[in-house]
Amino acid sequence: MRNSPRPPASNEITAPELYTRRREFIKSGALFVGTSAAIGAGLTALSNMGSADPPAAPPPLPTAVPGAAPWRIDKRGRFDTSEPKTSYRDITTYNNYYELGFSKSEPAESAFHLKSQPWTVRVSGEVEQERTLDIDTLIRWFGLEERVYRMRCVEAWSMVIPWLGVPLAELVKKLGPTSRAKFVRFTTLLDPEQLPNQRSSVLSWPYVEGLRIDEATNSLAFLALGLYGVPLPGQNGAPLRLVVPWKYGFKGAKSLVDIRFQEREPETTWSRAAPSEYGFYANVNPGVDHPRWSQASERRIGELSRRKTLPYNGYAEQVADLYRGMDLARYF
Amino acid sequence: MVKSKLSWLVPATVTGALVPFASIAWRLSQHRLGANPIATALNQLGLLSLIFLCASLSCTPLKIAFAWNWPLRVRRTLGLCAFFSVVLHFLVYLVLDQNFVISAVVADISKRPFIALGFAAFVCLVPLALTSTKRSLARLGFRRWQLLHRLAYAIGVLSVLHFYLRVKVDHTQPIVYGLILGLGFALRAIAKLQKSRAVRARESTRHAKQGSA
Repeated sequence: MRNSPRPPASNEITAPELYTRRREFIKSGALFVGTSAAIGAGLTALSNMGSADPPAAPPPLPTAVPGAAPWRIDKRGRFDTSEPKTSYRDITTYNNYYELGFSKSEPAESAFHLKSQPWTVRVSGEVEQERTLDIDTLIRWFGLEERVYRMRCVEAWSMVIPWLGVPLAELVKKLGPTSRAKFVRFTTLLDPEQLPNQRSSVLSWPYVEGLRIDEATNSLAFLALGLYGVPLPGQNGAPLRLVVPWKYGFKGAKSLVDIRFQEREPETTWSRAAPSEYGFYANVNPGVDHPRWSQASERRIGELSRRKTLPYNGYAEQVADLYRGMDLARYF
Repeated sequence: MVKSKLSWLVPATVTGALVPFASIAWRLSQHRLGANPIATALNQLGLLSLIFLCASLSCTPLKIAFAWNWPLRVRRTLGLCAFFSVVLHFLVYLVLDQNFVISAVVADISKRPFIALGFAAFVCLVPLALTSTKRSLARLGFRRWQLLHRLAYAIGVLSVLHFYLRVKVDHTQPIVYGLILGLGFALRAIAKLQKSRAVRARESTRHAKQGSA
């Protein structure tokens, strides 16, 4: 700083270097805060993609079907497990329903697209009489039964779910399949308006699953209409889905519109997409690994440590006879 | 001058990079990671590792494409963030997911290609993290250090394959990260080609001058 002819109080003012440094300091500080915030927000958003958090508030318990009497449990299952049930929140926010979303939390968020009322199911193929059924008819025929089943997903996690529905064996008997009915094919609704991801071609739609006729008439096989005493939420396969607890979860086709009895083994969706990874039988088997993960153990949702996976998901006593003499490594 | 102007860049990158880790830890403690928090934490840490790797491997391409120098100043930081994230990803897998059952982990690595690829990427990252200091650079000599750190390209490819093979149906994300890496490799190749062509051109003009003289 140079002396001016009339030295003013400006001498005592901060030197310009400090001045500018102060400004630079503030500027750097602002840039630091802005950049770290942007990087932090960007990284958090990117790493959340594909596994967004479930909603903070648990989904509301749906009320009974409007216009119908509240659901009453008429019977309890003979093979109910006494293990602690998975929470309603976990059952309804951790779903594999690709037609409604590829992540676990997305199906719960987009389930509103699915209009499960009114609904009918077509029964066709090798039966005495082809017909169209609605949900009320099913309840009228058989009443509602609760079945507390383990559910083992092929991704090595499991749940305990109190289903509500009708026994598939009794339905099959009532429908009267002909002697040529060797298999039953189950088909999910095909409607991209209601199941938005059917616009994407990652799998061939509609979703198709199948059972051998003796599997379908096993007393464990079940058609679920509800869980925890209320109608199924969309993300769990409203208004009715297949439940076969000794098989991996993907066998349980959701939102069924067609049940067909046929002579030939149906081509099922996952075994068509990846035949080396998913077979027609898909029985829970700790001895046969999925190529991408071990099936020897599983994580029960809500638990920290893994538990050993049981043959036929612990239902060997009820179903092992169905597969006597079969090479389970070949027919996986 | 430029150096002092950007003194905030590395601290800001480190601070920003810590946010997603803090977010995962906080949500884990608040039971906000959903019904299967271990799987969610594992997946998010894995994805985060790949994001850091791609960011670190995009520094040189950004410099090539836009003649920016600042990306090179955060390249090492981003690489170390990737290492930190991979270590956490592996620890969650080993401790929380597999409950420290070493036989199950060994079986996983030897039997399942996607796990073997991920593990290979992790192993390759270790020497890079250990030699990330200026002192290591001096000790190894630039040539050898550079050769060693070319492993980063292989790590990027292994990581994308690890992710691709893990995904069941929707391969959009692994493909996007693969394209980012591929674009970076392409830019590097183009820059290298141009450089060698420029050198050759300079040499040929020199020869021509000498010839005419």
